[in-house]
Amino acid sequence: MNIIVLIKQVPATTNVKIDDKTGTLKREGVEAQVNPFDLYAVEEAIRLKEKFTGKITVLTMGPPQADRALRETLAMGCDDAVLVSDRAFAGSDTWATSYTLAQSIKKLGNYDVILCGKQAIDGDTAQVGPGVAEMLNIPHVAYVKKIEKIENNSAVVERFMEDGYDVVETPLPCLFTVVKEINTPRLPSLRGMMFSKKAEIKHLNAEQIEADATKIGVCGSPTTVMKVFTPPQRQGGERIAGEPQEQACKLVGKLKEIKII
Amino acid sequence: MEYFFTDEQKMIVELAKKIAQEKIKPVRQQYDESGEFPWEIVKELAQADLMGLYIPQQYGGFGGGVVELCLAVEELCKVDGGISLSLAATALGTFPILLFGTDEQKNKYLTRITKGECLAAFGLTEPEAGSDAGATKTTAVKDGDHYVLNGTKCFITNGGVAEIYTVIAMTDKAKGSRGASAFIVEKGTPGFTFGKKEDKMGIRASATCELIFQDCRIPKENLLGREGAGFIVAMKTLDQSRPGVAAQALGIAAGALDEAVEYSKTRKQFGHPISGFQAIQHMLADMATQVEAARALIYLTARAIDNKEKDISGISAMCKLFASDTAMKVTTDAVQIFGGYGYMKEYPVEKMMRDAKITQIYEGTNQIQRNVIALDLIKKSAKKK
Repeated sequence: MNIIVLIKQVPATTNVKIDDKTGTLKREGVEAQVNPFDLYAVEEAIRLKEKFTGKITVLTMGPPQADRALRETLAMGCDDAVLVSDRAFAGSDTWATSYTLAQSIKKLGNYDVILCGKQAIDGDTAQVGPGVAEMLNIPHVAYVKKIEKIENNSAVVERFMEDGYDVVETPLPCLFTVVKEINTPRLPSLRGMMFSKKAEIKHLNAEQIEADATKIGVCGSPTTVMKVFTPPQRQGGERIAGEPQEQACKLVGKLKEIKII
Repeated sequence: MEYFFTDEQKMIVELAKKIAQEKIKPVRQQYDESGEFPWEIVKELAQADLMGLYIPQQYGGFGGGVVELCLAVEELCKVDGGISLSLAATALGTFPILLFGTDEQKNKYLTRITKGECLAAFGLTEPEAGSDAGATKTTAVKDGDHYVLNGTKCFITNGGVAEIYTVIAMTDKAKGSRGASAFIVEKGTPGFTFGKKEDKMGIRASATCELIFQDCRIPKENLLGREGAGFIVAMKTLDQSRPGVAAQALGIAAGALDEAVEYSKTRKQFGHPISGFQAIQHMLADMATQVEAARALIYLTARAIDNKEKDISGISAMCKLFASDTAMKVTTDAVQIFGGYGYMKEYPVEKMMRDAKITQIYEGTNQIQRNVIALDLIKKSAKKK
């Protein structure tokens, strides 16, 4: 089974500053980590490989420093790593990112399953996984909490819902985004770390993935960030003291005062 | 401090730190309270390839030595001095096989230890033979193709949970210490059972148990080294393993120092963080100095051993002595800096102080270490003349 895992390098802290001019995250000088949700995808890929044998390719789009995030996943047990990097990709929104990743996957070819985390902890959009699937024209299931079985070129998975879970059957190849309930990611092993240190990371640029220049980077991004702000916190409200009867009277009075009743 | 470690050695530190922080820290208090054996962590250590750190690659190990073992133990013990003993005590039980085992014995046992399939333990101490190992009462009598073991070993770390035991027993009592031999005994051998599991002051997540031999027949192939070499096996093993105990002590001390520094910055009295008071600063300064000195001595000793230097008994005893006294002193001071909170189980330094005490006692009390150091001095002085 050939598995592709999409990962993202994100800031290692939730305390990230926002660029006032562009409204986007300031990533410079902040320590980076693999997006925690993506580690569940990596772990699930390794478990599938242990079960069915095969090869795991990890793919990320990002600056050259994203090399480190890829090596972390190699140390856990992935086989190959690909970094899609080009100045032309700078400023990509989720649409342009999905396009870029989909083009890269077409270039790599030959896959049965694509795994991603449910969302990245910096942008929190949860759009790129499904976006990639759409652009590859393959089915996807988001918020997968269990891969029940894979056989005869189809998979049965459990999709996490607010009020329980759905059991979904889908043909392969398919893209799954996974939630943290799916597994516990392993730590790297010493052998894995040695392998990862020496491993060669494949680089792809815009030309190599045959990207349409109008669909990548800032120019290819239909999203414009108007303003980023923290919604005002809810005020504490007013506490009405007294005996229950007294409280009820006061409450009705107040509600009448503001013309709610 | 830059100690000029290789990239591989730095990797070991990074990995051990990750395991300590992510896997051990959340459960350390629970294991300290229950005294259960932390199998889930043993699995993590094995999966991370740490169990075979000091075992040659031909037996599936990482091919490191005492330096690598010490680095891992130090890092793990910064968070918990008991849980990581599963690794350190396995090393103690494995060293006799590494040092004196035949190719057959090495192939048979080392590969299993490397894979993390089983733990090992070393059985020397007896109820009436602690520091005075010459008073060993356990006997091994040759009977055809077998040795028959009788006797009791006590306070054996990893006792009951390990599969492979290296045990010292008398093959010829008349010869005294020259009549002892070392054997490999596997768990499950008829006549080999376990006595009571000890309820300890500290390192409670480590299993400490009696080994009981009653007409326990083991194949003669399980003799380690030659007959009569038991005490040499034991002494050479301890020379190798002392930096490991020292690294355990160092880790506990360094962990307590970190906790004390952090706490002193947040704890306010008289309107100021207590880290601003010179009384606290001087305590922290002394603690840090002792920790760094212990670290330097341990790394030096471990490197000397890995470089196959012959004359290591003295320095090996020194690093165990110094690091464990440091651990006791530094953890006691850490509790003092925490004040009333330090005495409570809710804060980690109370446990660190309990864990530290054993490092002054086992694998040779610090009084015995001083004997070893003094004897070494006197021997060398005599040679000069």
